[in-house]
Amino acid sequence: MTEETIAENKSFFNLFNICAGIVVVIGLYITYLRFTGGLAAVTNLSDNNPWGIWISFDLLCGVALAAGGYVTSAAVYLFGMKKYHSAVRPAVLTGFLGYSLVVLALQYDVGRPWRLPYPLVVQQGTTSVLFEVGLCVAIYLTVLFVEFSPAALEWLGLKKARNLAVKLTILLTIFGVVLSTMHQSSLGSLFLIAPSKLHPLWYSPYIPIYFFVTSIIAGLSMVIFESTLSHRFFAYKMDETHLKEANGITLGFGKAAAYVLAGYFAIKVMGISAGNNWHYLKTGYGTWYLVELIGFVALPALLYAIGVREKNLILIKWTSVLAILGIILNRFNVCLVAFNWQLPSSERYFPHWMEIGISVFIVMIGLILYRFIATRMPILYAHPDYKDAH
Amino acid sequence: MSISRRKFLGWVGAAGLSATIGKSATASTHKHFTGYPGSFAVLHDTTLCVGCRSCETACNKVNDLPSPDKPFADLSVLEKKRRTTTKAFTVVNKYNDPERPKKPVFFKKQCNHCLEPACASVCFVRAFTKTKTGAVIYDSSVCVGCRYCMVACPFEIPTYEYDQVLTPRIRKCTMCYPRVSKGQLPGCVEVCPMEALTFGKRQDLINFAKQRIQKYPDRYVDHIYGEHEMGGTSWLYISGVPFKELGMREDLGVTPAPELTAGALSSVPMIVGLWPVLLTGLYAVSKRKEKIAQTEQENAVALALDKADASPQSIISEATESQTGEES
Amino acid sequence: MDKVFYTLQNFMTHTESVTYLLVAATLVGMTLFWLFLGSGKNED
Repeated sequence: MTEETIAENKSFFNLFNICAGIVVVIGLYITYLRFTGGLAAVTNLSDNNPWGIWISFDLLCGVALAAGGYVTSAAVYLFGMKKYHSAVRPAVLTGFLGYSLVVLALQYDVGRPWRLPYPLVVQQGTTSVLFEVGLCVAIYLTVLFVEFSPAALEWLGLKKARNLAVKLTILLTIFGVVLSTMHQSSLGSLFLIAPSKLHPLWYSPYIPIYFFVTSIIAGLSMVIFESTLSHRFFAYKMDETHLKEANGITLGFGKAAAYVLAGYFAIKVMGISAGNNWHYLKTGYGTWYLVELIGFVALPALLYAIGVREKNLILIKWTSVLAILGIILNRFNVCLVAFNWQLPSSERYFPHWMEIGISVFIVMIGLILYRFIATRMPILYAHPDYKDAH
Repeated sequence: MSISRRKFLGWVGAAGLSATIGKSATASTHKHFTGYPGSFAVLHDTTLCVGCRSCETACNKVNDLPSPDKPFADLSVLEKKRRTTTKAFTVVNKYNDPERPKKPVFFKKQCNHCLEPACASVCFVRAFTKTKTGAVIYDSSVCVGCRYCMVACPFEIPTYEYDQVLTPRIRKCTMCYPRVSKGQLPGCVEVCPMEALTFGKRQDLINFAKQRIQKYPDRYVDHIYGEHEMGGTSWLYISGVPFKELGMREDLGVTPAPELTAGALSSVPMIVGLWPVLLTGLYAVSKRKEKIAQTEQENAVALALDKADASPQSIISEATESQTGEES
Repeated sequence: MDKVFYTLQNFMTHTESVTYLLVAATLVGMTLFWLFLGSGKNED
């Protein structure tokens, strides 16, 4: 690494620290307001709009974008794609942090956060999709913790515990896929209860499958996006294997994402047909639906494909951003834009700036934690003591 | 107690309630559910309602709700369409009948007490219960405050105490469960001066409403709202104008709420039972491939070493070729 | 079970509760059974 890039990195991190500092201070202030004044003090939530961006972004997008963990570990450990091995640890770390932050965000959103264990230990509402989501997220967070733990244990030098955790890899990976299939899809199923409130173009009996498939797209795209950022800022931490495998990961994951996006496009179109909702496409909501479907599903599928065919890594990396935005757009559409479409515009929801403030605050905590861990633990390189273990 | 027949169709005391329900609990139900036999309901005949807001006053008193911003005697609030709030479990709205512009229609809105409540179906701590009196009641002692019930309710009824820091609750009409359990009428029914509200067994009320519609076909549209909507509700309505014009959704369908998510929930055991089998299978296949590749590689190297004496150059290059071929 | 359910909600609460218990047992059981399958006489 040249001195120039080190200097560049340094100035960037100084800027990052300043931004992080400001966001954290504001975040803590809003936190104080939230827990002294209630939800009314910091949100625009109302009786008609009980779920805002803390659900649509922090929960729905957070869980989808943290899907890289199960997607990558399944590809490497179950499907035998060993050449992507160096992507596993960063992806699992992102997954673990992502789910932790989802749980943190819920502390703000639910009315009595200290009761969050109630569905498990006090009274089980087993007919609720949310019960399943809660159960899966709780167990999967534990699975991710154990999957992530070898990195921390290597860092701490606890060999025995580390080897025990590594022995569980296959089991944990299978559990991860099973649990993710359930709760990723169930986040979509949450809306099955409200056919009268969600616009017919987005309301579909296939919505659980849509949510599951998009979580794969989100997972693949996040791995590409994240690896791009890591190479920009943490390249000095990476070992030879990591650097050597990086391009292959971008190409391979881009190819997979292109094909999954194509399949997703197909089932979305068939969904319109199944509900006989073609005539809605002519309305304003229909235009917006087409923007999502063409601009954020078909287009990234095509761009990924071109990028892979022409080995254009830059294009693949930018397409990953587009695909991620597409997932975020989809979650916002289902939870906010197309939800309560029957209401007059005066009764619709728009987030309060403090709600956005908390969401930014939580993302910032994720970035800070990622940097803390990636610069200390063997995430982007193999620990010298365990080089052959992979 | 002066309760007219119109207000309480087929009077049954609280003592009688449990007895009736206990006795008829013999029929075994399998997959088709018709609700608690003999449970109560309220029939709202909107053609009789004059929009006096007495029911709102009574509701406020019975439930110890805070006093409203404008007094109940002030009828100007009817000009604006209102919904239920944490301060008002019931609201009366005024709608203009295009055919009779001089005679507005009033419609009382409150929890409809579904036979299969969406709020109960989605609550992950079972804070909502459909009771055998017909009331859907809420237990704040377990509520986490996720507000999924509000998302789920097709009638937009539950409200939330957003301004409460430590003890926010869902608030909604209880169909006066405590009063009915004691043999009293719901507050709104008791006070209605026009007898626009009738309390009684749900089945009796449906029969009664049908008779009214048959008797006065010019006065009513032929539809008892709540008989089938969302699988049926314990509040029933008859009206002279289509319900769509009274702010009621006519596109809700007749599917009981729990059925909407039953399919998705039923996939859980399939995923848990079969995913591990499939995934372990894939794992075994990839393992096996790896092993074959490894053996072939070893064999190739061994073969190359065996023949190394004979013609070293050609064989070694052949072996390495096959090796690289397998890798890619 | 000879319990009478008057509402679909009560019926589903019951069946889903049992299902979740079975699901938990399945997760553990499948794991143990896989270990049992693989721990026989070694061929190689």
